Amino acid sequence: MDIILQPWPWFVSGPLIATVLLLLLFFGKTFGMSSNLRTLCTISGAGKHAAFFKFDWRAQKWNLTVVIGAIIGGFIATKFLSDGSIIELNPETVSDLAAMNFTQVGETLLPNELYGWEAVLSLKGMLILIVAGFLVGFGTRYAGGCTSGHAITGLSNLQLPSLIAVIGFFIGGLVMTHFILPLLF
Amino acid sequence: MKFLKFLFVGVFFGIVLVKSEAVSWYRIYEMFKFQSFHMYGIIGSAVLIGVCGIYLIKKYKLKSTEGTAIVLPPKEKSFVRYILGGSIFGLGWALAGACPGPMYILLGAGIYPILIVIIAAMAGTFAYGLLKSKLPH
Repeated sequence: MDIILQPWPWFVSGPLIATVLLLLLFFGKTFGMSSNLRTLCTISGAGKHAAFFKFDWRAQKWNLTVVIGAIIGGFIATKFLSDGSIIELNPETVSDLAAMNFTQVGETLLPNELYGWEAVLSLKGMLILIVAGFLVGFGTRYAGGCTSGHAITGLSNLQLPSLIAVIGFFIGGLVMTHFILPLLF
Repeated sequence: MKFLKFLFVGVFFGIVLVKSEAVSWYRIYEMFKFQSFHMYGIIGSAVLIGVCGIYLIKKYKLKSTEGTAIVLPPKEKSFVRYILGGSIFGLGWALAGACPGPMYILLGAGIYPILIVIIAAMAGTFAYGLLKSKLPH
């Protein structure tokens, strides 16, 4: 049981993620989480404003079910399958973050500096989460997929477009991490 | 009943992503700083097994549980949309520390401020839908 409660190493987690991809293929579907954002827009009535959202969202009910499952999975994993171990980050990562005034690094899943209520309810903190979410939602649809659709599924299928998209993910991620985050914190 | 298997896959996915710490902002930050092999190991081993699995599916022309051939729809050929869209996504991914799967998982994990990210991501997707015809693809 201890082995389950401790964080899982990459060589266990990676193959299990591949299992998700392959299971969905065997169920006649493809793994892609970002499509759900479009489906949620359609359900909210976005079809009245843009043709992009005019599609039968009921065909995506299976994927929304995966979302509901993921929410439940997140609950189960943190509530019943965790021993509260801190995240074993590289000490350099910890000191880099400390230099940006991050405290309690790795003690929670997400930093309080971004997701703690004090940060969230400040103008700056609120704007950061809104801009971040907006970029994710806009970029993923523009690129036609996210980490699951491109980095996992697309690369597994040896698709060149997915490789280009993943290179893009890294261009954006590196610019944010190395140049913009130090300006924000 | 038809949806139960998808619910199961979702629960499994959520548990794996929490236990692997891939839902952690810190792990994404560490990845983009090239300070740990952890995330590269996760994505790399997932892709390695994925490549083998998809190769076998194609080689033996395996069928899905619905009795249909398993096909992966090819992505349309382009460069601009993938590099631009990908970069925009990357900026958001490194800032929020969450992509469109972990967002929901973190909500289940009790991190309620992530709802702001989810709603903003819907707004971003909506904005793309409005601007689609004006963007280079």
